[in-house]
Amino acid sequence: MQKLLLLGDEAIAQAALDAGLSGIYAYPGTPSTEITEFVQNSKFAQDNHIHSKWSTNEKTAMESALGMSYAGKRAMVCMKHVGLNVAADPFINSAITGSNGGMVVVAADDPSMHSSQNEQDSRFFGKFALVPILEPANQQEAYDMVHYGFDFSEKYMVPVLMRITTRLAHSRSGVVRKKEIRNQNELKLPSDLRQFVLLPNIAKKRYKNLLKAQSLFTSESESSPFNNYIDGPDKSLGIVVCGLAYNYLLENFADRNVPNPVLKIGQYPIPRSLVEKMADECDEILVIEDGYPMVEELLKGYLGRGLKVKGRLDGTLPRDGELNPNLIAVALGIKDTFGLPVPDLVVGRPPSLCSGCPHIDSYHAMTETLQELSNGRVFSDIGCYTLGALKPYEAINSCVDMGASITMAKGAADAGLIPSVAVIGDSTFTHSGMTGLLDAINEKSPITVMILDNGTTAMTGGQDSQAFGKIEDICKGLGVEESHIRVLKPLKKYHAENVAIMKEELAYHGVSVLIPRRECIVSIDKRMREKFKKTNSTS
Amino acid sequence: MKKDIILAGVGGQGIISIASIIGYAALKQEMFLKQSEVHGMSQRGGDVMSNLRISHSEIASDLIPFGQADMIISIEPLEALRYLPYLSGEGWVITNLRPFNNIPNYPEIDKIIDEIAKVPHHIALDADATAKEAGSAKAANIVMLGAASPFLGMAYEKLEDAIRYTFRKKGDEIIELNLKALKAGRDFAEQNM
Repeated sequence: MQKLLLLGDEAIAQAALDAGLSGIYAYPGTPSTEITEFVQNSKFAQDNHIHSKWSTNEKTAMESALGMSYAGKRAMVCMKHVGLNVAADPFINSAITGSNGGMVVVAADDPSMHSSQNEQDSRFFGKFALVPILEPANQQEAYDMVHYGFDFSEKYMVPVLMRITTRLAHSRSGVVRKKEIRNQNELKLPSDLRQFVLLPNIAKKRYKNLLKAQSLFTSESESSPFNNYIDGPDKSLGIVVCGLAYNYLLENFADRNVPNPVLKIGQYPIPRSLVEKMADECDEILVIEDGYPMVEELLKGYLGRGLKVKGRLDGTLPRDGELNPNLIAVALGIKDTFGLPVPDLVVGRPPSLCSGCPHIDSYHAMTETLQELSNGRVFSDIGCYTLGALKPYEAINSCVDMGASITMAKGAADAGLIPSVAVIGDSTFTHSGMTGLLDAINEKSPITVMILDNGTTAMTGGQDSQAFGKIEDICKGLGVEESHIRVLKPLKKYHAENVAIMKEELAYHGVSVLIPRRECIVSIDKRMREKFKKTNSTS
Repeated sequence: MKKDIILAGVGGQGIISIASIIGYAALKQEMFLKQSEVHGMSQRGGDVMSNLRISHSEIASDLIPFGQADMIISIEPLEALRYLPYLSGEGWVITNLRPFNNIPNYPEIDKIIDEIAKVPHHIALDADATAKEAGSAKAANIVMLGAASPFLGMAYEKLEDAIRYTFRKKGDEIIELNLKALKAGRDFAEQNM
């Protein structure tokens, strides 16, 4: 069968479509965005009425997926690693309720923080929730694992977590699809209509069931096609290697024959019997895993008095950052290679706001408005506008998590930093800013909130913003006084006017909302090109 | 045959197009391929790079190891230097000399050219000017692909076919302009190897 050239993200989406998916739920986040976009662009998905619209945040996405699973259909929910923090409450509890229709949760981690604020390892969340975890080594495995994951989820009535990393998500390779496309499930409610009612007396029973299932999950891991023990003659060292790191290991052996026994792990809980086999026959164990040293800590034990285990904790591999073939060469004592050094004159080229970006005008006006006050009172959020922290703007003082701008400004104002300013994008505002704004309104906190409305989720590539056309009404509905909701046009020619309005609102001792509104320059460009294409094709 | 290629440039310069043209040509020849891209934050005018690996046998890693790349194809001179640690001893740097200056501390271009000249095997040209001469100012990335074509280990016609396929929806005129840009890059490389 012909191979398709797919990103890891696309392989996951294609697999879900082939496995009888009824709905995908997600909020955009690098490196997970392309999974949902692939379904949105699929004609097959449209023809078969497969849900693929963006959710307001990862928590609403997770809950909707769980609802679809409750109704007996197959659901997938996708997010970047920090999105799983947002969705942690429904995720952890979905392990207790269990699933009905198959449910696969995809969390895309970002080791080395290519496009994120941390490099947390989602496998810990899977372990925390006591659910099985799948971790593909390549795009083909990603495709195969989605099918396996849905079947597993329905067999054991438990959500399955699939953990990928940036390198797999955004790398393309050949994938062979299954020959048969599975039909969607029929609507079918849980046989026990109290399965999803987590009242203590029900939850206790369900939790015991989940605990009982752990040994079944382990034995599934021991016979899983994704966990392989590959024998090797040199027993002085055994190698446990997780997910994508397997490729980096193989890269160091031209004939792909590793002289040591290798345990390749793609499914968790870790396959106990295979680890025991390695511990019995090898003098030492090297653990290679992208992310945190999760397996390494487990095998080593707290006191480290048992097995001799090497990895990220003893410096054999670096404690942080993405792995690569060279790091593994060094860990194995293989001769490392390096090209020419980077010449001294090479300087960094950090990302920056696009020329013509509306945020530039908003920041210029804001910085001028704040000039007479002491520095350090602008709390910001996650989006393109976070680049306002860099030169030449240096306009913001925080970027922590989605929605934190408003609540941090409130807390700082509570502490006496008055006025405090919050800067948040339209999409981030509806993701997690609205609830914090209600806190501020209820206490009449002296904060000025700038909702930079460019009409799109720009940083991840211009997805629909759930806030579109609704921001003033949301603010009014939450209780911001109408006279303190001010819409601005962030353009150079209105600079003086915008500064004057900002000054007025900054002086107000209560919640003001400023809405600088102008379409993202990249969105306009894309829209115009589409329009031009259409005019061309009709002429 | 196996080629490990680092593609470099600044967000929006079209390195992914080069990767997909080479990728299409490789797949047509039943080769294996892995290509790792950069998405998200780094695309906003920052430096971008892609690892492209093509081979007649199976490929293990998505990342090219340091010191083992067969070539660096860069659409921007400063970016060509950034990835030198990846280059193998026999490897080629094939770079555009036209600076993309969007940072306040961009180094003097003459000093950058001096550093490129120190790389034992290099092809350096003003691809923007060459593209303009060939009739399509936007095709600097295709000129660079042409300049890299003698080193890719595949027949030139395969790349021409891949260009015809890639631009098939844009009409014959665009295809011809891109084929001319490809040829202009190829000619320069052959005269300066």
